[in-house]
Amino acid sequence: MVRTPTRSHNRDIQHWRSYLVNIKSQKDFFSGLMFAVIGGSFAYGATSYTVGTGARMGPGYFPLVLGVILALLGALVMFKSLVVETPDGEKIGSWAWKPLFYIIAGNILFGVLLGGLPAFKLPAMGLIAAIFGTTIVVSKAGDVFVLKEVLALSTVLSIGSYLAFVVLLKLQFPVWPTFITG
Amino acid sequence: MELFDNLALGFGVAFTFQNLIYAFIGCLLGTLIGVLPGIGPVATIAMLLPATYALPPVAALIMLAGIYYGAQYGGSTTAILVNLPGESSSVVTVIDGYQMARKGRAGPALAAAGLGSFFAGCVGTLILAAFAAPLTEVAFKFGPAEYFSLMILGLIGAVVLASGSLLKAVAMIVLGLLLGLVGTDVNSGVARFSFDVPELTDGIGFIVIAMGVFGYGEIISNLSKPEDEREVFTGKVTGLFPTKEDFRNMIPAVLRGTAIGSILGILPGGGALLAAFAAYTIEKKTKLRPGEVPFGQGNIRGVAAPESANNAGSQTSFIPLLTLGIPPNAVMALMVGAMTIHNIQPGPQVMTSNPELFWGLIASMWIGNLMLVILNLPLIGMWIKLLTVPYRWLFPAIVLFCAIGVYSTNNNTFDIWMVAAFGIIGYTFIKLGVEPAPLLLGFILGPMMEENLRRALLLSRGDWTVFVTRGLSASLLAAAAVLLVIVLLPAVKSKREEAFVEE
Repeated sequence: MVRTPTRSHNRDIQHWRSYLVNIKSQKDFFSGLMFAVIGGSFAYGATSYTVGTGARMGPGYFPLVLGVILALLGALVMFKSLVVETPDGEKIGSWAWKPLFYIIAGNILFGVLLGGLPAFKLPAMGLIAAIFGTTIVVSKAGDVFVLKEVLALSTVLSIGSYLAFVVLLKLQFPVWPTFITG
Repeated sequence: MELFDNLALGFGVAFTFQNLIYAFIGCLLGTLIGVLPGIGPVATIAMLLPATYALPPVAALIMLAGIYYGAQYGGSTTAILVNLPGESSSVVTVIDGYQMARKGRAGPALAAAGLGSFFAGCVGTLILAAFAAPLTEVAFKFGPAEYFSLMILGLIGAVVLASGSLLKAVAMIVLGLLLGLVGTDVNSGVARFSFDVPELTDGIGFIVIAMGVFGYGEIISNLSKPEDEREVFTGKVTGLFPTKEDFRNMIPAVLRGTAIGSILGILPGGGALLAAFAAYTIEKKTKLRPGEVPFGQGNIRGVAAPESANNAGSQTSFIPLLTLGIPPNAVMALMVGAMTIHNIQPGPQVMTSNPELFWGLIASMWIGNLMLVILNLPLIGMWIKLLTVPYRWLFPAIVLFCAIGVYSTNNNTFDIWMVAAFGIIGYTFIKLGVEPAPLLLGFILGPMMEENLRRALLLSRGDWTVFVTRGLSASLLAAAAVLLVIVLLPAVKSKREEAFVEE
């Protein structure tokens, strides 16, 4: 008597696992999941604003409708991914962590060096330092990294950007570190 | 003739020294990014948008437009010489173009692409000029209900014609619409989905989305593939001019390509890529002349037709933008952004309120096409050299320019954190096999759709039937429904899937 629920629980898990193993398209399953979750969150968030009626739409009306539609579309995509056969299972495949990390890190470093982080008492280092930092970090994302080459590239990009953006287009950039220019 | 007066005004604007320079810069940049694989017009235009703040609006739009159609010229060079589409709309040019290059006929292939593009560009510009005025008249009859239905048609058309999975593409549109709603609601003043972040109350910048998703996402995905062995045909380009026989084959193909491209460009979701595909498919169906090289083995028609079509399509895709204010593809969505930066509300009123901008832009396209033929044919050697630049020097520069561009839109580092987030999201999209272009369209149209829906329902006192009882609105919705039904027909469906697999 005591075992029965466990057994049925196990069967449940097995049942679900068989479904998960039977995902016909991994890409579709997870993109559907993404749409469903995002749509649901938007719809839920929209209820905290005035929804109103059709004649007098509140700020929550349109996002609520769209959120529900997105969640339904996501569910439909997920359903299809479990039912419709694909030749290769449409696997997502491995993630390119290395380029992902270095590109995003290089981008963030650009912001940190250019503007500084007042919250951490990091001073702004200015455009030139930011260009060197970003170019070096981003270059790490490739297969080949030759420091000399990267430094040459950084120098060329610094001079080019300075001329194009600061001299020619007169965009407002902190060019040099604040502790030098004051 | 009013058209000639208008064109005269346009040429007057376009022929000023400043505007000629910006048209040239646009064409040059367009060719550059067209030649370089791995960066397209969407990312480039997004990158340069902030830089156009300082320019007068006409000059800014002339330059950005030049990038788009310039990329169509440049893309063919890479397709023919390297067997890689430099630009997505040159995917089909690769098939016959590269085979021609292998047989030592790179010169005629390049000439066919260049001359075909030029002819198509001229025709596309003329169509744009001729159709703009009457279409604008129609647009003035539009009320909010019509605008809402038109946007539905535009969005449906965009996914039906231009994306792989229909369901996922529609979901991406809705996601885009939702992202477009982030920020302060204009009617109630409520900050929606901003999580008390002050920068988010202004909404998410579309430059941030475009660069994160199209720029960073693409780069990360490119880097995750092993570098291809590139076989560049350098120094082998001799005898640029096609033979008499080539011309005989080319001319009908160019004419057909131009016609298809012009029509598909106007349709929502059309533009360069689809036009090229359709033109190639039709050429393949026409009978070979005796002694002609079969398709796939270096037939000049396989280069001339798609290249003419993509250029014609890129010109005529300006029609919905300039007359109705509705962007038919992702590049045009960015042009909406460019116009709003300069306080110009895209739509039918542009032609009357800013005639010099409207006609100046159109005239500049013709001049730009002329510049492009010169840039791409006699100066082809320069672009071939460019193809030897390794990708490892290019992508750090692209990332850097994205970061600089994003920062300079608001002079705020917050946008840099946002673009990082959207870079990760963009790569996730690629991994999950969802196309990002519909998201950008939805994002641009989101606030407009909400506003028109709100107004339409306010006028009808909450009665949803207003969309089907008004004739114009009903026919627009019917067109959208027909499009959907056609695509879901089993016969069309399998053909369509085939076409996207080739891509």
